[in-house]
Amino acid sequence: MDLDVVFLSRLQFALTIMFHYLFPPLTIGLGGLIVIYETLYLTKKDTAWKSANVFWIKLFAVTFAVGVATGIVMEFEFGTNWANYSRFVGDVFGSALAAEGIFAFFLESGFLAVLVFGRDRVGKKFYYFSTWMVFIGSVFSSVWIVIANSWQQTPRGSLVQQMTNPSTGEPWFIDGAPQMRAQMQNFWEVVFNPSTIDRITHVWAGCAVTGGFFVLSICAWYILRKKHMDFSKRCFKVALVFTFLGVLASAVTGDSNARMVAEQQPAKLAAFEGHYETGDGPTALHLFGIPNDKTKTVDYSIEIPGMLSFLVYREFPPKTPVIGLDQFHPDDIPPTQIPFQAFHIMVALGFAMLGLTIIGFFFWWRGSLFKQRWLMYLFVIGILGAIAANELGWVTAEVGRQPWIVYPPMQKTTDGEILRNADGIIQFQQAEWPTLEGGAVLKPAGLRTRDGHSQAVVQSQVLFSIIMFGLIYTLLFFVWIYVLNEKIRKGPAPVGEAVTPPEGFIRTAGEHAHDSMTSLREQAQDPSKLPGTSPIPKKPDKPSDTPDAYHGISKILRMFIEKFKK
Amino acid sequence: MTFDLNLLWFLLIGVLMTGYAILDGFDLGVGILHLTVRDDTNRRLQLNSIGPLWDGNEVWLVTFGGALFAAFPETYATIFETFYIPFMLLLFALIFRAVSIEFRSKQKYSIWRGFWDVCFCFASTLATFLFGVAVGVSMIGIPLNERFLFMGNIFHLLHPYALCVGVLAVAVFAMHGAIYLYLKTEGELQKHARRNFWRMFYFFLVMYLVVTVYTLIAVPRAIDNFTNYPWLWIVVILNVLAVANIPRAMYLGRPLYAFISSCCTIAAFVFLFSTALYPNLVTSSVNEATNSLNIYNAASTPLTLTIMTVIAVIGMPIVLLYTAIVYWTFRGKVVLDEHSY
Repeated sequence: MDLDVVFLSRLQFALTIMFHYLFPPLTIGLGGLIVIYETLYLTKKDTAWKSANVFWIKLFAVTFAVGVATGIVMEFEFGTNWANYSRFVGDVFGSALAAEGIFAFFLESGFLAVLVFGRDRVGKKFYYFSTWMVFIGSVFSSVWIVIANSWQQTPRGSLVQQMTNPSTGEPWFIDGAPQMRAQMQNFWEVVFNPSTIDRITHVWAGCAVTGGFFVLSICAWYILRKKHMDFSKRCFKVALVFTFLGVLASAVTGDSNARMVAEQQPAKLAAFEGHYETGDGPTALHLFGIPNDKTKTVDYSIEIPGMLSFLVYREFPPKTPVIGLDQFHPDDIPPTQIPFQAFHIMVALGFAMLGLTIIGFFFWWRGSLFKQRWLMYLFVIGILGAIAANELGWVTAEVGRQPWIVYPPMQKTTDGEILRNADGIIQFQQAEWPTLEGGAVLKPAGLRTRDGHSQAVVQSQVLFSIIMFGLIYTLLFFVWIYVLNEKIRKGPAPVGEAVTPPEGFIRTAGEHAHDSMTSLREQAQDPSKLPGTSPIPKKPDKPSDTPDAYHGISKILRMFIEKFKK
Repeated sequence: MTFDLNLLWFLLIGVLMTGYAILDGFDLGVGILHLTVRDDTNRRLQLNSIGPLWDGNEVWLVTFGGALFAAFPETYATIFETFYIPFMLLLFALIFRAVSIEFRSKQKYSIWRGFWDVCFCFASTLATFLFGVAVGVSMIGIPLNERFLFMGNIFHLLHPYALCVGVLAVAVFAMHGAIYLYLKTEGELQKHARRNFWRMFYFFLVMYLVVTVYTLIAVPRAIDNFTNYPWLWIVVILNVLAVANIPRAMYLGRPLYAFISSCCTIAAFVFLFSTALYPNLVTSSVNEATNSLNIYNAASTPLTLTIMTVIAVIGMPIVLLYTAIVYWTFRGKVVLDEHSY
């Protein structure tokens, strides 16, 4: 593979967006649950819900901070790595981004401050209002960015046009080349382009699943450890309903997304399914397999005959073939391997999570939900499936968009039929690229990824930033996991117990470690108790549930600190 | 005179930049001064003085970026690709800053806290310095070709003038942050903030004079607009008065006036910077007349600017309203409680 600027920029964007996307679905979904828990607290007047929410809001805040920090990177990268793309789409894309800043981010960050720091400073009702505002803010932020992305997939309400030179008022040429860009014609057509609704609902469903599984996972872990039982059971039940609705919505919106893609971006759907040859009869659905670009078949596959035609066209018995990759010019075909695998694993994970939640309901109905240890273990790891499904969904959507960064719409005839040329190749909508002589060249009304990057940026610069991001994000990820783990180990404060410890400082998770450090320090003062000098070394107080791996790390840390103190 | 949307958006972007500089200015300043106090409680007090606010302040930068992208996409693209390495370092600083604030309090080990303290201070200083450098480079101008693409190398971005502006930015924000800390703290810590303030004020005064003189020598274009619009001198005079009022108010023990004066000083700086550029957004050092990006040739279509104006008219009052609510909620001296960092 050629390590050129375009490839490196794509790699960097993929890396940074996938890292960033670990966090927003979590905060959006968890934000929804926090609103529900706060509502329960106010309606049932049960302080158990309040202390539960104190715990969730702490986890929310840490996740949110990482989400914001990694989100700024994304905004910068449009300009730093994809300057030509920014020039091309700025007139359309920019207003969505600005609206996101004004409507969403201020709302989120302002009221999050109230949520995290203001429990004792504002009234109950205002606090409740703030939980709503944070949730709505995070939902808004997803709206605008998904609108912008959907416009990139299925542009509407805009035209690719030559700019007018403002100093002369005439069509603008530089060095004989026309200054072309997408110019907005109708704001609402941009906002409600054909894929917006399908995609935003699917994203929200994914968020609900992620936030839901986050709560389920932590509660299940406590239940397995027989800790914080009341807290865990009550939060688990609400989250189970929430998650189930999320997974169900994922399935419904996923289906309508696939049909939308079949209509708007048939090459992309063909890539999802490794559907090379259109053929004459109904199209089969591959359950799994490995698409082979050379033989144009899917190896090791199990397929359901006619199923894809049935899903796309809703006909029974299926007879219409789904459009295959053979109907596209070779330059316009996306890679097949990554979209195929990402799509299939995402769908499989979706069904697995649906099954898991249904089994959960079954045992809940039987009254033995929390006794099923195997089921609780599955819920603990469920969060990984939820996150993976979200990431893979975006990989599917974005790699499937290739080789376009702004996907040109299909050319349709007046009666809505897709236009093909004499060789049966599907035609994209064309835009006129004027020439100085007064003629025009017709090109598809989109932008190819390879034309979107920053021309002033060289390979070594991108290599530098990839390495930088690689290092920072690795560090960030481990610190995030570590802090989260500490907070989870510490757990929610028991109901009714004064949350404020004597000296008025927050009792952080770190205090656990601090306490055991104090005992170690006491030992250090009394040489007879030092491990090694005493025949039976007395271990510092250690919570019974401490995982051994963690204990090992903290032991090393403590030794290091003792050395440092000397 | 017809209503000039391009000029309106030039002003609005200036407003967003001013908002960012004033608001994130004081919390970056608190970061720059962070290591000047030693013990943990005082460091926590300083950190918590900006605790609930810094995140919202940073949103001004995000919105500034978004608005620049939307209103002047050519400028956005050119600036961001030109400043590739500085902006990557800026991101690095901003990430580390956010993370330091968030993670510092999660452990009590002194080595853990010390590490994040150093990160926080270093990242705040680096970010401020880079903002200053970006402003300085914009003043000096960069070589652009007729496609508005950067033709220079990293040394065009490390012009001594730009570095001076970078240092000035650090001085301004440190001073601004010291006044903020004086407002938010009590007792010994407040006295400490006061000492810091005077140090930073003299530092700022020196840099202010250096950069003013240097600008007149190195960027003669900067005062072109003053000949066309003589009323602009009023802003210069107000700026000098605001600067003079900062030590006066501090001396008289009126930190709020001092803080407002330093806010005005920062606003005046942004205004003068915009005036120096106008009508350009990015001035080309090669063929300035044709290769510069100005508020017309870099702009979005009138339709987009109109839609954005509607968005801003609806959105900005709401933003100001809840910014005010949040600042009101967290008014008064900072105290540590169970929710603090």
